[in-house]
Amino acid sequence: MKFTEEHEWLRVEDDLVVVGITEHASEQLGDVVFVELPEVGTQVTKDDEVVVIESVKAASDILAPIDGEIVEVNEVLVDAPGKVNDDATGDGWFFKIKPSDLGQMDEYMDETAYQDYIS
Amino acid sequence: MADLLTTPLNALHRELGAKMVPFAGYDMPVQYPAGVMKEHLHCRARAGLFDVSHMGQVIVRAPGGYAQAAREMEALVPVDLSGLGVMRQRYGFFTNDQGGILDDLMLANRGDHMFVVVNAACKGADIAHMRARLPGCEVEEITDRALVALQGPAAEAVLEALVPGVAAMRFMDVGIFGSDFGELWISRSGYTGEDGYEISVSETQAVAFARALLASDDVEPIGLGARDSLRLEAGLCLYGHDIDETTTPVEASLIWGIQKVRRAGGARAGGFPGADKIFAEMQGGAARARVGLRPEGRAPMREGTSLFEAAEGGAPVGQVTSGAYGPTIEAPMSMGYLPKPLATEGTVIYGEVRGKRLPVKVAKLPFTPANFKR
Repeated sequence: MKFTEEHEWLRVEDDLVVVGITEHASEQLGDVVFVELPEVGTQVTKDDEVVVIESVKAASDILAPIDGEIVEVNEVLVDAPGKVNDDATGDGWFFKIKPSDLGQMDEYMDETAYQDYIS
Repeated sequence: MADLLTTPLNALHRELGAKMVPFAGYDMPVQYPAGVMKEHLHCRARAGLFDVSHMGQVIVRAPGGYAQAAREMEALVPVDLSGLGVMRQRYGFFTNDQGGILDDLMLANRGDHMFVVVNAACKGADIAHMRARLPGCEVEEITDRALVALQGPAAEAVLEALVPGVAAMRFMDVGIFGSDFGELWISRSGYTGEDGYEISVSETQAVAFARALLASDDVEPIGLGARDSLRLEAGLCLYGHDIDETTTPVEASLIWGIQKVRRAGGARAGGFPGADKIFAEMQGGAARARVGLRPEGRAPMREGTSLFEAAEGGAPVGQVTSGAYGPTIEAPMSMGYLPKPLATEGTVIYGEVRGKRLPVKVAKLPFTPANFKR
């Protein structure tokens, strides 16, 4: 798993990359009450705002960590946004992206580096 | 952060794992480890303990006792204070000459004097206002006492176990009780829509008292985050957001706070700042009204969200003044001001969220029913 400075995690599954936010981020945000997901088929460029999440405190944007096409979104979050808090790195994933260039993953942190980054 | 004031419970908040934020010049807990959602639900299900020591506690005395203090204070608030029973309190607001609201507050008849609780952000101005405008009164700010609120269906049993006698109090009763924690000034009131109490305790006893309350399995500490969602579900105004110097009590739907005797035609009608403006609005109607708003989707419409009459085109017709997710109603909720013709229950208007106009329905307040012990 790779991690961005924006507190997203990326996990390669077959030829897709699954994206969510870290447990640390979900704790900082507080209880998530609303998630707005992108449409399947959207072409995204790294740093595009693709997801809006609202917690009990505020709204935040989730950026596309790499270029590619959104091929699947986690519809469960529409009715159960709390899953982001309950299982940030599992059931709380946001979208799956078909990467244009998997090499873009290389610039991101591994778990040890991320733990150092947040501590 | 060096300049922030602290309450007597500051160290306890930190010990309980609170996340602290600056609020009205004070270092205050916004949430504890349980988080806003769980704290909110716990308060409605059992009981929550809130530190509200940042609020101003003020004693107003006059040579003529409570009667004189009440008479003079009636020049500042449209509240029937002369008719307020001994050991009873009322909600009220300081008005300005334009009929706007300078602050909202609680006023209590404590027999030989008046006890007043004002908002933290306004307390300096409120005290100066009272000192300038109550010529025969002595206005004393109480700075050596903490103020806590215990709110929720279990509040009565929990407090009664520590302070026998409080269970017999009715909503808006006040009392002075001796206890293991020194003299406690207690009112049966609060700002969550739940039954409960606000308790003033000496700063030296505040931590011990708070620990005694928290020792009950029913009581959890609640931060400002849940305090805000609780009061919003209860349809209660937050000063500086839902009401301010530019909103009148009529626009704010707070005329229930103006008793008949102070209204046009009453025995002590008017005599408070802005009375003419307020009476004219009560007679002819205000141009706008504070309403409850229920977004039809799940996206919260927060403070500042512009409201439109139609899904496309036109200028904004109003704004959201408070907005959040309501954990008890399990839906987003807002309050805001709308022109009178649109301010009727069931009307669908549109709030602009991230550039998109989303439907929102004018709804009844409160969003959750009040559980006061009348």
